[in-house]
Amino acid sequence: MLRYTLHRLLGAIPTLLLVIVLAFLMVHAAPGGPFDAERALPPEVAANIEAAYHLDEPLAKQLGRYVSGLLRGDLGPSFRYRDYTVAELIGTGFPLSLKIGLLAILLALMVGISSGTVAALRQGSMLDRIVMSFAMTGISIPVFVVAPVLVLLLAVKLQWLPAGWSGAPGAAKYILPVITLALPQIAYIARLTRASMIDVLGRDFIRTARAQGLGTKTIIRVHALKPAMLPVLSYMGPAIAAILTGSVVVEEVFGIPGLGQFFVRGALNRDYTLVLGIVIFYATLIIALNLIVDILYGVIDPRVRNE
Amino acid sequence: MKKSGGILLFILVLAIVGPWLSPHEYQDTNFGEIFNAPSFAGMHFFGTDDLGRDLFVRTMLGIRITLLVAVVASVVSLLIGVTYGAVAGYVGGRVDAVMMRFVDTLYALPFIFFVILLMVAFERNFLLIFIAIGAINWLDMARIVRGQTLSLREREFVDAARLTGVSTARIIFRHIAPNLLGIVVVYVTLTIPQAILVESFLSFLGLGIQEPQTSLGSLVDGGVNQMEGAAWMLLIPAALLALILMCCNFLGDALRDFFDARKAP
Amino acid sequence: MHRHLLLLLVLSVVSACGGPDSAEPSLSVLNRGISSDPESLDAHKARSLQAADVLRDLGEGLVSFTATGELTPGAAASWDVSEDGLTYTFHLRADAKWSNGDAVTADHFVFGVERLVDPATAAFYAQFVSEISALEAVDDQTLLISLARPTPYLLSLLTHPATFPMHPGSIAEFGDSFARPGNLLSNGAYVLTEWIPGSVITMRRNEHYWNNANTAIDEVRHHIMTQEMTELSRYRAGEIDVTGSVPPDSFEQIKEEYGDQLHVSPYLNLYYYGYNLTKPPFKDSPELRQALSMAIDRELLVEKVTGRGETPAYSWVPPGTNNYEPTVFSYAPLNQEERNQIAQSLYKEAGYSEEHPLQLELRYNTSDTHRRIALAIQSMWRDALGVEVTLINEEFQVLLANIQGREITQVFRASWVGDYNDAHTFLSILQSDNAANIPGYRSEKYDALMQSAAEQVNLDRRRLYLEEAEREMLADHPAIPIYFYVSKHLVSPRVEGWGDNVLDYHYSHHLSIKAAE
Repeated sequence: MLRYTLHRLLGAIPTLLLVIVLAFLMVHAAPGGPFDAERALPPEVAANIEAAYHLDEPLAKQLGRYVSGLLRGDLGPSFRYRDYTVAELIGTGFPLSLKIGLLAILLALMVGISSGTVAALRQGSMLDRIVMSFAMTGISIPVFVVAPVLVLLLAVKLQWLPAGWSGAPGAAKYILPVITLALPQIAYIARLTRASMIDVLGRDFIRTARAQGLGTKTIIRVHALKPAMLPVLSYMGPAIAAILTGSVVVEEVFGIPGLGQFFVRGALNRDYTLVLGIVIFYATLIIALNLIVDILYGVIDPRVRNE
Repeated sequence: MKKSGGILLFILVLAIVGPWLSPHEYQDTNFGEIFNAPSFAGMHFFGTDDLGRDLFVRTMLGIRITLLVAVVASVVSLLIGVTYGAVAGYVGGRVDAVMMRFVDTLYALPFIFFVILLMVAFERNFLLIFIAIGAINWLDMARIVRGQTLSLREREFVDAARLTGVSTARIIFRHIAPNLLGIVVVYVTLTIPQAILVESFLSFLGLGIQEPQTSLGSLVDGGVNQMEGAAWMLLIPAALLALILMCCNFLGDALRDFFDARKAP
Repeated sequence: MHRHLLLLLVLSVVSACGGPDSAEPSLSVLNRGISSDPESLDAHKARSLQAADVLRDLGEGLVSFTATGELTPGAAASWDVSEDGLTYTFHLRADAKWSNGDAVTADHFVFGVERLVDPATAAFYAQFVSEISALEAVDDQTLLISLARPTPYLLSLLTHPATFPMHPGSIAEFGDSFARPGNLLSNGAYVLTEWIPGSVITMRRNEHYWNNANTAIDEVRHHIMTQEMTELSRYRAGEIDVTGSVPPDSFEQIKEEYGDQLHVSPYLNLYYYGYNLTKPPFKDSPELRQALSMAIDRELLVEKVTGRGETPAYSWVPPGTNNYEPTVFSYAPLNQEERNQIAQSLYKEAGYSEEHPLQLELRYNTSDTHRRIALAIQSMWRDALGVEVTLINEEFQVLLANIQGREITQVFRASWVGDYNDAHTFLSILQSDNAANIPGYRSEKYDALMQSAAEQVNLDRRRLYLEEAEREMLADHPAIPIYFYVSKHLVSPRVEGWGDNVLDYHYSHHLSIKAAE
């Protein structure tokens, strides 16, 4: 297991390098620079700023400078936020994105798995249909519609919850963003759980267990849940990607200073270092998460590990 | 299943034929008819938008473009993903490790960020984006198919086939692939909505399709801002978007049950 | 066991979400909205209008504005101007203090301007003070500013954050991070306490501010909201007292719902379409440029498309500019039908017709308002002239790069906000050597008239030269002025002291919060 993990860790290095080079080239291929504005700069000022940020150097040299900075753990200064470094911005943005994302995933797992299982057990029943209809609705309405509608209803009209982020009191401001973000994931997970649970419940070993007179609860808990969770586990990668996408919308709509918002603003403003920093940061995170999922796979299904 | 398929077919036919039923063109502005509610009097069945353009014709155009996204993206992801995942999962060992390493490499790209970068950097070519969406979804498909194949190959009937000397390719396509159909179909029904949603997400960021062209996602995004004053601008395209997504999903479920029933001994 | 673990995880995440964020109840807090983060709170690295808005709450120049936009003494209590208009002597307030209690001295202003123009600072506004030939601190409280040429807008310039004093000691101590919360010294009504990028900038009353006694609000929070709809929702939910803008979409409805809370006022800001004058079809074709300009029904546009009380633009300089009477296009008195007829004949003159229509690319950056205007103008040109317009929506940075490249652009959207209340801020950008001259307008006659205007001591004569220059330029149609913006804010009824003004400056220290009833 340890060797497998180490092996996978080493394997991540070329992946990261690829991500860095690709992102670097794409960011720099985009027309327009970070200091272009309608109010064009006098040439000597522009030259000074470019020199200060090494933008006047050849691209290869800039890449080399960037990578050597990375090796020293330096993500560079932000171009748009000139009082901050990229590391500082990620440091303020990521904990927020993480909290909201994690809460949304947990909520989605709890609600999704339980409702999916219930629906599977009563396949074809009224309950099944209701759960699945909710799931369908959750999948079918974009986050950028759900978020403003919830804000309009719960924050503007009823004034139960805060409409925005900054200055809003404690935990209340998390409720709308987390629900908005979790909704489509609840739907996906419920559907996956239901499909896979039905599949598992039809297998021989479950029938054997049933024949032995075990109760439904025991069968689900002891026998069916683990194998039925495999597709859900597989889905965690895409789920995290989807939460990432969703967080961009949620952070924009609620004005949350998370990484999603930083990324979009950074991309639009050509904040090269911020955009690169976030891409590399997330790439590292995704690699780590995938590793964890794979190891979990091994724990749940020993046959995988032994290969 | 028949119902969902029927509705989808109806929507598709309407989207193609619909524009001929209306005297309006999708790009024509009319400053005398801004924010008109749906009515038959002005032949604006779905009302008009902030520039007095007919929303019926625009919505039909939006459906066509949106469905194009879905189809292109899904076909791409289906073809690549199933083959890749099944081969990796069945062959296993070093081949599997290398193949999945490659998938991991691509996976580690925060895809949506790259799409944003692409849209920001290059000319808005929507075909490029459709293919980008499809090409990323095959990764999910490949992983899920591989995961399923890994457990399928340990099942008795595959062992039996192997013992009787059936070739690997034949096992993959004859014994493994049909058993993957359920999960693949469910997954494709998830891919179509995903592709549509990614497109609408780009519209939300202002990176979507070029005006005066439109997609359901852009229409919905435009409608959100008018949700209180001109609710029809949100409700009609959003309802159609939801309907299309739901039909895809129901269709998928029904297909799944159908394959399940056939698979059962 | 698994369930308990999960529960524990949820609880720990929730509890990590931070405690309540409420201010002390006795404080009077103002919540304002701004649309983006400042680039920096170092006044020399800042660039955007939003940054300037925040900086005006923190610092103070020699001169300042009242709520309604009249010049008023700031850090200087008074000033004298020499006969020839070339020397200004400012008398600083004895009680002007930095937020750490240090006195604000004439040296600090000299240091500030020197740092501003120092190439090493690479300040965006480095050329802003190019009319100033020398600064001299005669003593701690007397500052002498000498000008190369009479500059009637000097006082207006000296209200701008780029000309604020700088505290040399704090820059020496903190270096590049002197502008951070905790380090930044301010000589204005407020002192920076916190800046969460992308979220909120918080500032507290500066106890050492000379006019602290007349400052009502204790804490100001500038909430950063990139989406106008978010800001509106938060205003409606009572979380924001003053918005930075009002979305175009629900304007009618907001007008109905909020009545006097909605403040719409003329604003020195021009919305225009530029031509790429360095390439065909616009190079050497004033007929075509005029035809396209005339075929835009500006009245219809501001009424139906922008709809927020904007003024149609028939001139380059906005009405309401100090000491100026904008000249207008010669065709301004005609109605749209008559304009279209002339436009059609000009269009033919330029060599286009129904069989041989002009094909055009119109570029605009992503924004709902820009999109709607582009679509409207596309159809106006099509209906009046038969021009076939392709719309190209680009990201702002891409558009700027294309405009500056001058290769592929034909017609593009642009705007210009006045930096000070004087026609010069608008007219100077079309001078041949100006970096902001994005259409690439080159006219010796125009440059000469602008030069003559700059040499005048007499304000009336200067005005006549500027007006003549504008008339000359308008006849060339180097760009299409479309409309003049209005400033738009929602101001909560509990806020008092609000004043509308053409520069759209709203200092928090002029405002107060009405006690709860």
